[in-house]
Amino acid sequence: MDTLMGLDYATWWFLILGAVFTGYAILDGFDLGVGMIHLFLRKEESRRIALNAIGPVWDGNEVWIVIGGGALFAGFPVAYASILSAMYVPFMLFLMSLIFRAVSIEFRSKEPMAWWRRMWDIVFALSSYSIAFWLGLILGNVLQGLPLDVRHEYSGGTLPLFNPFALLTALTTIAAFAMHGSLFLIMKTENRLYARMTFLTRNMTIFFVLCFVLLTIYTLLYIPHLTARLRLYPGLFMLPVLVVISIAAITRFVARRQYRYGFVASCLTLALLLIQVATELYPHLLLSTDPAHSLTLYNAASSPRTLANLLIVAAIGVPLVGIYTTFVFVTFRGKVHLDENSY
Amino acid sequence: METEWLARLQFAFTIAFHYIYPPLSIGLGVLLVMMEGMYLRTREVRYQVMTKFWVKIFALIFGIGVATGIIMEFEFGTNWAVYSRYVGDIFGSALAAEGIFAFALESGFLGILLFGWNRVSPVVHFISTIGVALGSMFSAVWIVVANSWQQTPAGYHIVGTGMDARAEITDFWAMVFNPSSMDRLSHVLIGALLAGAFLVLSVNAWYLLHKRYEEIARPAFKLALVLATVAALLQLVTGHSSAEGVAEYQPAKLAAYEGHYDSLAVADMYILGWVDQDAEKVYGLAIPGFLSFLIHQDLTTPVPGLRAFPADERPGAVNFVFQTYHLMVAIGMALIGLTLFSVFLWWRGKLFAYPWLLRVYAIAVLLPQIANQVGWYSAEVGRQPWVVYGLLRTSDALSRTVSAEQVWFSLIMFTVVYSLLFVLFIYLLNQKIQHGPYHEDTHPQRPRQSGMFQQSA
Repeated sequence: MDTLMGLDYATWWFLILGAVFTGYAILDGFDLGVGMIHLFLRKEESRRIALNAIGPVWDGNEVWIVIGGGALFAGFPVAYASILSAMYVPFMLFLMSLIFRAVSIEFRSKEPMAWWRRMWDIVFALSSYSIAFWLGLILGNVLQGLPLDVRHEYSGGTLPLFNPFALLTALTTIAAFAMHGSLFLIMKTENRLYARMTFLTRNMTIFFVLCFVLLTIYTLLYIPHLTARLRLYPGLFMLPVLVVISIAAITRFVARRQYRYGFVASCLTLALLLIQVATELYPHLLLSTDPAHSLTLYNAASSPRTLANLLIVAAIGVPLVGIYTTFVFVTFRGKVHLDENSY
Repeated sequence: METEWLARLQFAFTIAFHYIYPPLSIGLGVLLVMMEGMYLRTREVRYQVMTKFWVKIFALIFGIGVATGIIMEFEFGTNWAVYSRYVGDIFGSALAAEGIFAFALESGFLGILLFGWNRVSPVVHFISTIGVALGSMFSAVWIVVANSWQQTPAGYHIVGTGMDARAEITDFWAMVFNPSSMDRLSHVLIGALLAGAFLVLSVNAWYLLHKRYEEIARPAFKLALVLATVAALLQLVTGHSSAEGVAEYQPAKLAAYEGHYDSLAVADMYILGWVDQDAEKVYGLAIPGFLSFLIHQDLTTPVPGLRAFPADERPGAVNFVFQTYHLMVAIGMALIGLTLFSVFLWWRGKLFAYPWLLRVYAIAVLLPQIANQVGWYSAEVGRQPWVVYGLLRTSDALSRTVSAEQVWFSLIMFTVVYSLLFVLFIYLLNQKIQHGPYHEDTHPQRPRQSGMFQQSA
């Protein structure tokens, strides 16, 4: 098998895929979070500031899920086919929420009527929750595993997907993004809105910590296979320790009102959580209740030639995207001030 | 069977709806570069006002294009799992490249385009506009390459057998430059330029008819007319080249285009017609032998007809393919006539002298849209019963774990949501056009006097 710096191509692509989804969680995570707290902001001006804080970047952030979908399709087509057709209804509702959210941001400012804006405010907030919910639910089911047949296909229907572990993962995803988003928004605001945001940020952080504790306890008690690797390689205990330190850092920075650091810690937490997900899964992509039918990096991957092509594409593309993403964020740094070009 | 039919219907519906928007953004993107380029060259404020106005319309169109496009990316996996496994090695690379090279470029810089007027220098803003325009074109590149591979597969080999078979790349560049990709890509891109140009033409024709924003509408109309004329003429070239490719690589599809049934006979080209699929005959007005002439430059060379192919390897809906193909060609010809005639009037200094012509342009926005739609219908229905030509049948490509009920659920959801979306889109587009590039009441000054107008958000 072809290798690059000691790792085979499929493992490289697994790492890149993980990096893309981490990028998505960090970037779109904060604008989804801003959507979740949208209805907690009462005044029209506050809502406009919140929308314009994410206005120039949300579209670019959302690209990461498109890249992620493409990367999964390209590198692991069998996993792409199995996961998407297995969780048909959650994916359809996730996609529908994406449409509603994009449209609500775009349409809201186009008319001045109060009912029009309120309607899109509600759509914006609900779709933000809904996107996080479905993503969390899908992640939960991937981690827990599905009963796959010999062809790696699942035909168990939609209802079993709403199991306690998946629901709890969904809730934690919502909480994480809400916290992440309020930390982002608070850096962008001043005066009375800032004061309102300090209150919201604190509560969102508490909410996330509660969800995280609940999910951790549930995992330790009922989902033994997710901790099996930790027991096998005690060195990996570093990871959960780091996660806990990082979450503790968020709470500390929030308490001290050092929100910039808080946001950095929150980015770090999301990244660490996803690294943990990756170590728990590897070398699997979708676990089966019958381990023989699980999808792994190797039975789901594209040909070595395609993987090599993809690595070249990523080597050129990722730095480019990094450069112009940075450029856009630098251009729109600092507090939000509404002008004639704003939403 | 029912699931297959529903999944096809859903795919057709969602892709057709999606395809209203990307051609508009590709065409508009190029026009934005032209408009802002004129602004940088002349430093005349009217060009900046024009650009700002069209950037907002671009954003509206782009927003819906993105939202409906993400659906497509995931729908391959949800509804066509076997297909996804089969082509993943090939199609996936194209899709990943599209995401990272095209879509990220476009979305990243759109923020600067919309909100960056006061934050970056005019040159940086212009570069961002070019980035957005290039991004929207790149996205067409990869998706059309992937689709062309399905029409004329190349640079692959088949691994495995039966339901486990899949195509793997053997030669990346042979896959990218498969026999139909360049013809079809240029045809698609120019179709998109026409869609964008005719939107700008239509809106400005409407302004001129109503004597509004004339100092902006005239130059914008002219810019778009230049693009439209060049594109309309080039489309004839790419269209002919595409048809030659179809004749060589997908003869059954070509036969369906013209309803040509005789297994080996001189082929006519119809101007108008109706295919009686049961009698395997076409009634209509035809130029005898002209299809033979177009393909072989000879009126008497025979062309294989539908009966030359086994019944289960040729498209079923021949009349549908025939009609959509002919409608596309007819519209293409009409656009050439219309733009050349207008350029002639422009040369005579009478471009805006005839209200009837402006009225034609106001409605003509629909023509490239319809041509783009029906062109794809004939290309895709003409490829049936294959989803990958000669390799994978559409009926085998389905997700087998997805039930008819699930597809019903999503299909109804898509129908409701997309209808709503379309009504809102038309409403908002109309609002923007009615509001125009600036407020006439509060700022009656002509925009040549700079700084006198600012549109409130």
